[in-house]
Amino acid sequence: MERLLYSRALRWWTILRIALEERMVYRGDFALGTLMRFLPIITQIFLWWTIFETIGAEQETEHPEIEGFSFHDMVAYYLLTMLSRAFSSMPGLASGIALQIRNGEIKKFIIQPVDLVGFLLLNRIAHKIAYYSVAFGPFLIVFTLCWWGGYFDSVSLPWTTWMAFLASLIMGFLIGFFLETAIGMIGFWFLEVSSLLFVYMLLSFFLSGHMFPLTMLPDNEIIGRLSYRTIVDMLPLKYLAYFPAAICLETVKGDDLIRGLWIEAGWLVFFMVMCRAMYAAGLRRYSGYGG
Amino acid sequence: MSVIEIEALEKSYRVYQKKEGLWASVRGLFHREYRDVRAVRGIDLQVEAGEFVAFLGPNGAGKTTTLKLLSGVINPTSGKARVLGFVPWNRDNDYRRRFALVMGQKNQLWWDLPAQESFRLHQQIYRIETKQFQDTLDELTDLLAVRDLLGQPVRELSLGERMKMELCAALLHSPEVLFLDEPTIGLDVVAQHNIQRFLRYYQEERKTTILLTSHYMKDIAALCKRVVIMADGEIKYDDSLAGIVDRFSSHKIVTVLLNDGTQAEKLRDYGEVLSVEAPRVRLRIERERISATLSLILDRFLLDDVAVEDPPLEDVIADFFTQVSNKGSDDASDPFPTEVQA
Repeated sequence: MERLLYSRALRWWTILRIALEERMVYRGDFALGTLMRFLPIITQIFLWWTIFETIGAEQETEHPEIEGFSFHDMVAYYLLTMLSRAFSSMPGLASGIALQIRNGEIKKFIIQPVDLVGFLLLNRIAHKIAYYSVAFGPFLIVFTLCWWGGYFDSVSLPWTTWMAFLASLIMGFLIGFFLETAIGMIGFWFLEVSSLLFVYMLLSFFLSGHMFPLTMLPDNEIIGRLSYRTIVDMLPLKYLAYFPAAICLETVKGDDLIRGLWIEAGWLVFFMVMCRAMYAAGLRRYSGYGG
Repeated sequence: MSVIEIEALEKSYRVYQKKEGLWASVRGLFHREYRDVRAVRGIDLQVEAGEFVAFLGPNGAGKTTTLKLLSGVINPTSGKARVLGFVPWNRDNDYRRRFALVMGQKNQLWWDLPAQESFRLHQQIYRIETKQFQDTLDELTDLLAVRDLLGQPVRELSLGERMKMELCAALLHSPEVLFLDEPTIGLDVVAQHNIQRFLRYYQEERKTTILLTSHYMKDIAALCKRVVIMADGEIKYDDSLAGIVDRFSSHKIVTVLLNDGTQAEKLRDYGEVLSVEAPRVRLRIERERISATLSLILDRFLLDDVAVEDPPLEDVIADFFTQVSNKGSDDASDPFPTEVQA
């Protein structure tokens, strides 16, 4: 038993190590790509600043608010969703899987005694580790500056909330992974998934809370007793950005927090099962394209 | 018990039929016509342990589909197959650890990393003991003369070197059954020859059961005693390599060296002239008429030399392919009667 565990751990470590090495091959592109992802932070912060300035001028107040969010809250929220997205975004995952299905490279996972989903997960963890190790510096600088600037003054959390925040980040990573893997596997049926992926990205940008806090959504009832806010609240996309940030800002707390984490875990299991089922069904209809 | 047992194995694909033109494309958005392509039509085959079997056939004959079925890449439409006692498309890990598939046109190695890294990964995936891994790797890299290239990123290797690395990767776990799908495609003559020599040596040493598809007759002639010819998804021939010529070639090639080169044209009455390089003439003569025709020639011409040969294997097989593929169509006759030099 111990031996089995050891050999399994060794196998995972080898996959992880090789995937990490691969990430480091194109170091210039990688470093630039990672750093460039920080540019939008600055533009976004300026955008909110301008919006709040204008509102402040109109309402003739020093501390304008939008739906209970001050400028500082908004910046803190935005930075935290950036952090969540650093966990839950999966650049190139779904399109990569679809491409491998179309050009036949997926065959190697079918003939070798290795599990495709497990392999991709380790590969993605390696991606993330490589990304964090480069992004850590800029993230630290941005967060420290904002800390000094008093943007996080409202954040003083007990360690249990920190743990909940961490758990939500990790589950967010896994939900993002299994969700995008499942989208990639649609390639077994349609071969080309880029338009579908575009729609997903667009929806996820708004409905995950990356663009603005989900509590800003209108609360008036549109279908039966459902409002935009309650509908979006039922979707799994909010766990990709909004939910971890809301934990950290204590917008969600107490019983709501516990319930939120359970629902998140439920979604995670749902996407894991869906991913497996799609892979199994996809393999049955796969015709081994490309020679 | 045979290592590979195939019974009435069948695979059909549903293929979208698109007619030419933009309007047809637009119509295709709403209504699609599909056609069933029967890539493999109920074949039966048995391969014993240690056999080296060649699969021959024109493009689209069903060879690669058969290999994909046997390696579990695709599921069959109907029929049975067992390899080493396993049903391939159940994709049992115990089965996957005991065979390998090498595709000449596909890469299994990590493109941006040295082959060494991919091999390490294989060691882990196939659970190979470190000592055994090192010994096998040493042996393979020596035999294929690629030891010095282990540390070089795969993308920087030549096609031939990469193919050798692919073979190494596939053989690290000492598979009992090996499927090779055109392993020498696109390689130069030297590289082809090296890989042939390696495969022959390896197979003789290890008695691995190998199924090979190739378009290069030299590969087949060098390696396989048994040949399976497929066309239109069916097995048309399954016997020895030597038997192909006896069975399918209706002609012999006669080369005569005339004492008087000016008479070359007169030989046209005795058979189909393939080439005239006076005083040397090559003729294609029907098998059953060979002795009668030869004695007539010897009677009427003064010859310095004469040779009777079987036509090259390529031609025999090409003829055979043309016959089976054009069955019932109008242009069954060969538009180029001149032989293709091997």
